Amino acid sequence: MALQELNFSFKPEKNFTSFAPEWFHSGVVGSGDMEVLMEHKKQDGKVTVKVVTPVTGFDQVWEKVLAKFVAETKIGNLHMEINDNNATPFIVHMRLKQALFEAKGDVES
Amino acid sequence: MEGNRKRWDTLKRDRMERIREAIPLVKMGKIVEASNAVKLLETVIKPYDKVTIEGDNQKQADFLADCLCKVDREQVHHLHMVQSAISLPSHLDVFEKKIASKVDFSYAGSQATRLAQFVKEGKIEMGAIHTYLELFGRYFIDLTPRVALTVAVSADKEGNLYTGFNTEDTPVVIEATKFKQGIVIAQVNEIVDKVPRVDIPGDWVDFVIQAPQPFYVEPLFTRDPANITDSQVLRAMMVIKGIYAEYGIQSLNHGVGFDTAAIELLLPTYGEELGLKGKICKYFSLNPHPTLIPAIESGWVESIHSFGGESGMADYVAARSDVFFIGPDDSLRSNRTYCQAAGHYGIDLFIGGTLQIDKFGNSSTATASRIAGFGGAPNMGCDPRGRRHSTEAWLKCGREDGVQRSLIGDLPRGRRLVVQLQETFREKMAPGFVDKLDAWKLAETAGLAIPPVMIYGDDLTHIVTEEGIAYLHKCSSLEERMAAIRAVAGFTEVGLEEKPEETTELRRKGIVRTPEDLGIDLSRANRSLLAAKNVRDLVEWSGGLYHPPAKFRSW
Repeated sequence: MALQELNFSFKPEKNFTSFAPEWFHSGVVGSGDMEVLMEHKKQDGKVTVKVVTPVTGFDQVWEKVLAKFVAETKIGNLHMEINDNNATPFIVHMRLKQALFEAKGDVES
Repeated sequence: MEGNRKRWDTLKRDRMERIREAIPLVKMGKIVEASNAVKLLETVIKPYDKVTIEGDNQKQADFLADCLCKVDREQVHHLHMVQSAISLPSHLDVFEKKIASKVDFSYAGSQATRLAQFVKEGKIEMGAIHTYLELFGRYFIDLTPRVALTVAVSADKEGNLYTGFNTEDTPVVIEATKFKQGIVIAQVNEIVDKVPRVDIPGDWVDFVIQAPQPFYVEPLFTRDPANITDSQVLRAMMVIKGIYAEYGIQSLNHGVGFDTAAIELLLPTYGEELGLKGKICKYFSLNPHPTLIPAIESGWVESIHSFGGESGMADYVAARSDVFFIGPDDSLRSNRTYCQAAGHYGIDLFIGGTLQIDKFGNSSTATASRIAGFGGAPNMGCDPRGRRHSTEAWLKCGREDGVQRSLIGDLPRGRRLVVQLQETFREKMAPGFVDKLDAWKLAETAGLAIPPVMIYGDDLTHIVTEEGIAYLHKCSSLEERMAAIRAVAGFTEVGLEEKPEETTELRRKGIVRTPEDLGIDLSRANRSLLAAKNVRDLVEWSGGLYHPPAKFRSW
């Protein structure tokens, strides 16, 4: 199946927290529903995301899910690469939050 | 006088005439050879008869169904089939062959697509789609079968039947037929000198045929824990904490599906952790779900009455007679009619999954190209308006009702909890919330009188999605209900209409609660909380008494 690449950029919440670890990886795309690589990136607080997915026609839903993640977690200075294997919008949302929880020990305030 | 000449026993005389014609086919007692089965059906079934083929949810009178397709349609035609399930190809072949012409039924399962085609092509005249209790009720009113083609495990030569583990619909089908002077034919797996227990007395049965093959049973209620997702675990946590614990739910029915299997497997772990053992989930009307084994073994469950059996569960169930209803022969006595009645009146909560919920809260499993029917869910997924006993859970739900006072004043009245579990997007990104149900399209293409709705919005009290729980019964208007539905509908077309300020207000009122509001830690929502992670774990929990069918054995 042809993969498509989507790119997004979000402004952080005003009181955002920078993603501190150099990088954090979670999930296995082959046997799971998605994987995500989170990297610290100094970019004026912005959160940038590259999504590689086999599902077409859901660009707007991706944008909403990611925007909600950024708003709820108040995270900033983060670049994410998501390799999607048919995860539902909610699963994406939950996996991102779970990944951030796991990485969080190192989050600086 | 004219009145005195009217005969009042025409049905009986007709019945005796049909039986007399069939006598040459009888080998001994009531036994007819399988090779004479088609001939027997041609002899005792007349054109325009109402005929029921025992096509239960699970066990099937498959041999008799095949035989009915082979009768000479010059002799037997225009039959009106009145059966609970259309689940085998032969159940529809009989229409293709123009032996039957009309159907009244409850559930279609794997034949749902073909049934819709037949209706569209005019091969079938559709009576109505019923719930089980509704169809069984009409067996005693205006849909009484003239001939019943039924099925049992064994029979003796007097016709006493042993239905064993899967009794299901047999008693109601036979009682309705026999006592209105109809004819009862049973296919059995074997003919024995003495049946292990008499489920149907021999004088209610006219003919017995030993089928060449044992009847088909479908393992419909087995859910492999290996396929439960993290999102189902999260919803199960929300249900246990936000509904079962909140209301103290003691008596309930679980629909079939992975969502409810997840709840069952979380009782001994998450439920235990919340200190809920002995406070919730004590009484079930439920088939013997293998995924309930860990909760039973951990001492959660006091009693389970079952609609039918489940493949592989016979030995386990037999060894737990404190919990299940067991005959003097040590096997389960299931009974769909009684269990549906129990599920309608006896329980405080029904919970199940669905395919689509519309913006008003009506839910349906119908798609535009399938007539799947209802089965029994609507009889449990509704508020039984005739209920008169009270329990704490029922009273609390009634107290919270947002419109009750405007209808009956200050008189206390309880309410059944009817809960729908829904993933906002399911496989292949099919949305769980829609503007308009596909049931409307189906009603149009298949010419149905009304769109088939599984649970009407005014019966629904709670929707549970990953986004949160909507306590719909607390709402005081349709507008408020629609806002509560939008708040939990995620990124679907319905959910995208959500207004944050409305949701904030609904959360303040306790009409919507998110996992966070419920104090549920999202990071714990994963499969490690399941008491059994695969079928093999279930076998271990059962102490080796559960024998899963081959297709569920991966080791």
